[in-house]
Formats: sequence, structure tokens, C-alpha cells
Amino acid sequence: MENNTVISFEDFGFQYTAQAEPTLYHINLNIQKGEKVLIAGPSGCGKSTIAHCINGLIPNRYPGKATGKLTIGGKNALELGLFGLSKIVGTVLQDADGQFIGLTVAEDIAFALENDNIPNDEMHEHVKTVAKLVDVEQVLHHAPHEISGGQKQRVSLAGVMVNQVDVLLFDEPLANLDPATGKQAIELIDRIQKRTGCAVIIIEHRIEDVLHRNVDRVVLMGDGRILYDGSADRMLCSDLLQKSGIREPLYVTALKYAGVPLTPEMHPASLHALSLSDGQKQQVRDWFDHQPTPDKTAELPVLFQAKGVDFTYPGGHHALKGIDVTIRKGEMLSIVGTNGAGKSTFSKAVCGFVRPQQGTMTLNGTDLATLSIKERADHIGYVMQNPNQMISKTQIFDEVALGLRNRGIPEEEVRQRVEDTLKICGLYSFRNWPVSALSYGQKKRVTIASILVLQPEMILLDEPTAGQDFRHYTEIMDFLHHLNKQGVTVVLITHDMHLMLEYTPRAVVFHDGRVIADQSAAQVLNDPQIVEQAHLKETSLYHLSMTCGIPAPEEFTRRFIARDQEVRRVDQSI
Amino acid sequence: MTNLFNYIERQSPIHRLTGASKLVCLLTWSLAAMSGFHTPLLAVLTVVSLILFKVSKIKLKDIRFMLGFTMVFMLLNNLLIFLFSPEHGVSIYGSRTVLFHIAGPYVVTAEQLFYHLNVALKYTCTIPIVLLFVCTTNPSEFAASLNRIGVSYRISYAVALSLRYIPDIQREYADISQAQQARGIELSKKASLISRLKNVSGILIPLILSSMERIDTISNAMELRGFGKSPKRTWYSGRPFSKGDWIAMTLCIGLLIFSFILTIVNGGRYFNPFI
Repeated sequence: MENNTVISFEDFGFQYTAQAEPTLYHINLNIQKGEKVLIAGPSGCGKSTIAHCINGLIPNRYPGKATGKLTIGGKNALELGLFGLSKIVGTVLQDADGQFIGLTVAEDIAFALENDNIPNDEMHEHVKTVAKLVDVEQVLHHAPHEISGGQKQRVSLAGVMVNQVDVLLFDEPLANLDPATGKQAIELIDRIQKRTGCAVIIIEHRIEDVLHRNVDRVVLMGDGRILYDGSADRMLCSDLLQKSGIREPLYVTALKYAGVPLTPEMHPASLHALSLSDGQKQQVRDWFDHQPTPDKTAELPVLFQAKGVDFTYPGGHHALKGIDVTIRKGEMLSIVGTNGAGKSTFSKAVCGFVRPQQGTMTLNGTDLATLSIKERADHIGYVMQNPNQMISKTQIFDEVALGLRNRGIPEEEVRQRVEDTLKICGLYSFRNWPVSALSYGQKKRVTIASILVLQPEMILLDEPTAGQDFRHYTEIMDFLHHLNKQGVTVVLITHDMHLMLEYTPRAVVFHDGRVIADQSAAQVLNDPQIVEQAHLKETSLYHLSMTCGIPAPEEFTRRFIARDQEVRRVDQSI
Repeated sequence: MTNLFNYIERQSPIHRLTGASKLVCLLTWSLAAMSGFHTPLLAVLTVVSLILFKVSKIKLKDIRFMLGFTMVFMLLNNLLIFLFSPEHGVSIYGSRTVLFHIAGPYVVTAEQLFYHLNVALKYTCTIPIVLLFVCTTNPSEFAASLNRIGVSYRISYAVALSLRYIPDIQREYADISQAQQARGIELSKKASLISRLKNVSGILIPLILSSMERIDTISNAMELRGFGKSPKRTWYSGRPFSKGDWIAMTLCIGLLIFSFILTIVNGGRYFNPFI
């Protein structure tokens, strides 16, 4: 067995040169040939640092001090160098777009071969074979912007597979994918592993999605240490995930709420292998019956209305085909759909960045067509996905004041309004800080504050929680929820199913330039046809309620969410 | 969105030439056209370049934007020459044939008009060739060609990468500028030039910061896949020179030599019909 170990950490520790404290402490971890391991943990737990040690970015690009031993492929990893390691470990980075190097799919796959001076004809042959393996041979001559996010990820995978590596390392493979594509990615990883016999390491915090296919082992990290190393079944029976601030699979949480004691023999790691006795199913049904029905929200007055909005881009792409959407005062709703379904074009039309050729949009009865971008911004705020794309001042105060100063508001009033907004956003104590000292989540708050200060009636946020772990996700969403309670109408453009389920009572689904559904998030996620068209995924709660013989999966979902929010609110107040 | 490098895939003899030979042809052709004001040569080159355009199967509508842009530039150039130096033709050709008088110092002379014709011809014989190069050279092949004519592969790849990222950065610029305009940054003509320039910085700073993030990711990705490990590399899109490449390059170099000889024989850079 001993010689089957590809990666071995022995009492390994690491401290980045720029940091005062080590990031990793006493790591002992062995990974065998052909094994599939999930490394999970909240942001900042050290899981990315482990990944960087395995692929050689540490110490070659991120210098620091290592203690203990790290052996990869039988050699000292710290001496192998990036190029030596690239023959053993293939890394698929999180940002499929950013790591796309070539101008076309084929060139990107060939990149490693080019660097190895492989002759041209041999290279073409090799690229074709690997492209077939990951199913991108149809798009070999496409440019990166012509293919989908899922395809880009496949290309990245092919690009490291050409090296015939022993280890495939996936750094948050699900971060930028919609739920359906994420599911396919996990299936693909599984297939590739079975075919090539590579060891696979997946770094992720979305446990439920990774467990869609079997993993041999889960390594749970926290504060630079390994907290758990063993089977997924056993981990889910404990409360380790909750304690680490990682989301458990929803069905596992639901079973726990219902008071069903979990044991590894029930196989809780797989929704399909999960075995529940009749008594346990009864327990879930009883819990369902006793859980109160959440209140339906009352009808509110109309704030925004779009009627028959139609828009074609100058290039001829018909992006919006007669959109009707009504948004009521004080609502919090999500707009979902695949890339290219029209949801971003719609938000651009609302903000006035593009002008629809047909249809009307009104806000409080005023025709939006009569207002300029700047005038609309007084009523409708738009927050971009990446806060770094919005921040242009070095001081937090100036950044938030920017919109007001541009409107020529007297400095005294600016000061007052900025301070008030910073208080609402929990940033008042940071008001004299430079923006660069803030974390990603805090920067996000600054951008929201810079919009809120204009006192819009409605704010539109593009993927507010993209790339965030569960703790930061909760922090941002609770903040938005809090704003919503104060009367701001909040519209979220998102891929995240949890977000729509947990925070937005209503979901508008876009598909191919049309609105194909406008109902509660629970209804949307329990409708197989909409789920498929919008590239969503049925929730595991749907399957659980079916397994337990509860014929109303929507209602089951709704009651679960209500209960979950209650529990989490209690958790936070402690 | 209009792309700077607008490769248009078609089947034509010009597309079949390798990027490296087209680059050599472009450089020699432009040098030959730019070095002198020999009107008959410029006229012939204009006709040849239009024929080459026909051969390349690039349609007028494919290049409408770029063509329009350069035409406006050409008019502007001519207009400015006339405004600042209405007697330029006279001083070059050494005679003064007044056609009519406009106002003040502005007199239209045959010599001046002839000079303007030459300036226009310079545009019409080089622009089609530049556009032709841009439209028929696959950007990825371009990097391989640069490397082939002796440019280091690191620099060649940097060029290819910037081509790869131009559309992304254009998109990002548009997104950022829209969001900033919503916050009240005025970029339209309503604001003065100085405040507009100042406002553009509000877009450039986020753009630069997010581009830095991009650069970090891409350089990691490149090193992880072995970029820079050996002094040479091969190119997926590289092609060997064919007979056509040698012929094209020979012709263009011949043209350059011919234009130099012409200048010497003619006794100057200007072809003068007024003597």
C-alpha cells in the first residue's frame, strides 16, 4: 500500500511571508492513487493553501516558510518546482474564464503541449483525443466567449489532462456554474476519474453538490488544521459541519429537524442510497404535520411595472421578447435563469443602460423612458457583482459620497447622509478607513452603501453572493433582508437556489428572452420542467418529501425553510 | 461590439498565406507607399490593393466601421492641411495655377489639389492592405508568426494574450462605465472636456484593479501548465511557409526596392506633372 501514496503531508505547516501567523498547522494527510477526496472548510480555513502546496504555487509564487514534510510522487514537493509538479498534478482553477489562455478551445487545450515542444501534428492528434474525452470536440475552434461556463471548465480540465497527470486538483469547481451545470461537472469528474484512474482532489464548501457522486473521503478543515478525515457518511452524522459554518445537505438538516437520529449505516452521504425505515419516514411526516404553515405575504402596492418589453441588440440578438414583470413596494424577489436567458439585459433595460425598442416600463406610474441613466439612478440602484468593478475612491467615505457629490448636493448634507448610510450598513466605525483594508464582503457592503445613499426605492443586485462561503453568504443576505425590512425593494439576479429559497418569497424565471415562471421560489424549484429549462436543480427536499410519502413537496420545502430561518436566527443571537 | 482585430474566416488565397509572410508584406508595402509621393505608383498600388481585397472575399460590409473611421480621418487630415497650409502644393511643385479664390488667404490652386490627391492616394493604397491583414490573419497564428520572424515567444504570447483579452476588457469597460454613470458620473457632452477626463479616471481605476486580478489568475494558470520552462516552444496554430508565402514576400520586397529606385531616378520624392 505504501508505494500507492501520491501525496503525503507529514506534520506539515506553512506560513506566508506576508503573514504574522501560520496558515497551516501540523497537517497529516495521505492521498492514494485513484482516490477521490473532498477537502471542505469555510473561507480562510487553509484549504486553498493546501491546494497551492499540492500544485506548487507554494512556494514558487507565494513564498513562505514550510515545516514538516510534503512528498508528491515520491519526491520532496518543495524542491520539485512548478514545472516538475505540473507533470504530476493538474489543477483546474476556480475561475474558468480567467484561466482560459488560448484564443480558441483547441489552442487552450494544446497550451501545455506547446510548452513541451511537442511537434505540431502530434499535438493536433493529442488535442483531438482529449477533447473527445471531455466532450468539447464540437467546439474546438470556438473562442472563449462563444462557449458556456460549463464548457470552459471542461476545456480547462482537458488542458491539464494532456499532461497525463496522476492527480487532478479542482479548486472550487462549482463556484461559477449554474446548479444544473454544476451537477454535470460533478458527474464528469466522476467519469474521468473512473476512466483515467487519477487521484481526484476537490476543494469545495458546497458539500451537498459534491456528494451528488460518491467520494472516498472527506477532509474537513478549520483554522489551518484538519478537523476530520474520514467517510462522508460518518461526518454527516456529527454536527461538525454546522460548527464549522458550512451548509449541510438540506435533506440531512431536515432529517435532524424531524428528530431522526442519523447513523453511517443509513448512508446519509448519498440522497439515492439513503435508507430510511418506515418509522423514520413517519417521523418526518409527523414533523411536517406539526410544522406551522408560514404566512402568505399581503398584496402590496405596485412600484415597478414592465409591459411587453422587447429588445434586440445591434448585432441582431433578440434578448428580450415581450417581458411583463410587476414588482411591488417592499418586495424581495429573485430573477433567475441561465446565462443568456435575458436577465442581465433586463436589468440593463431597467437601469437605462440599454433602451428597449418596444414596450413600457413605469416606476410609481412615471414612464422610465423619459428619464436618463442618472435620473433613473435616483430611484433604482444597481450593484454590480464584483465590488472591485465599482470602487473608484481610496477612502470609504469618499466612495459612498461619490454619487451625492456628483449630484451637486451641499457638502454638509453629503456628510449627514453618508454617515447615516454607513450606520445602516454597519460600516460607520470604518468610515475613515481606506477601502483596500476591507474584506471582500465589507467591500460589497461599501458598494451597496454607495447606492443606498442615493435613497433609491428599489435596488438591483447582480449575483450578490457569488463566490462566498456560507458564513459570508449569510452575512450579506441577512444584511439585505434587514434593508428590505426597512422598506427598500430588493431585486436579486442569481443562480443560487438556496438564496432564492431562503430569502426571496418570489422568483421570476427567465428563459430565452421570456418570463417562463413568476411564482414562489419553492414552487419553481419543485416544477421539473422549469427546473430543467432554467438550468436549476431540484432540491434534495423534493426527493426527501417524496421518499417519505409527503405529496406536497412545495409545502414541505416552505415549512423547512421557515424552521431553518428560525433556528439560524436563534443561533446568531447566542 | 467592434473588435480591433477583426479576423473574418473565409476561404481565399490570402487567408492561406501564413501570418508571418503577411506581416512582412504589410510592412514592406506600407513603407513603399509611405516613403514617396509618386502619383502613378500610388495609383497602381491602389488598384492592386482593391483587387487583392476582391481576392480575399472580404465584403465591404464586414469592414464598414473601420473603413468609415479611416475615411473620416483622411478627410480630416486633408482639411487640416488645407486650413494650415493652403499654399503647400505651390511650394512643392514650384508653380502656381490659381483656379478660384475662396476668402482671405485661401486660394484653390491646381498644385494644392494635386497634392491633396496624393495624400488621399496614400490612404487608399495602404488602408485596404492594413484592413486586409487585420481581417485575414488569425490572431493566434499572428503570435506564432511573430515568434517565427524572430520575436521571443514570451513577447509573442503577450501580444496574443492581449488580443484574447481585448473583447473582455471592452465589455468590462462598458459595464463599469454604465454603473458609474448611474452614480452620476457624466461622460456625455454635457460635461466639460476636463471634467469628462477626470470622470474617466473613475472608470479606469476599477478597470485597472480588476485587470490586475485577471493578470494574477492568468499568470498562475500559465505557469501551472509549464509556460516558460524551455527556451523554445511549438505552436498549435503555426504553419510552415508554402510556395505562395515566398512569392508574396518576394513581390513585396521587390516593390519596396522598386519604390526606392523610382525615387532616385525621379530625383526626389514628388512626381511633378506641372513642369
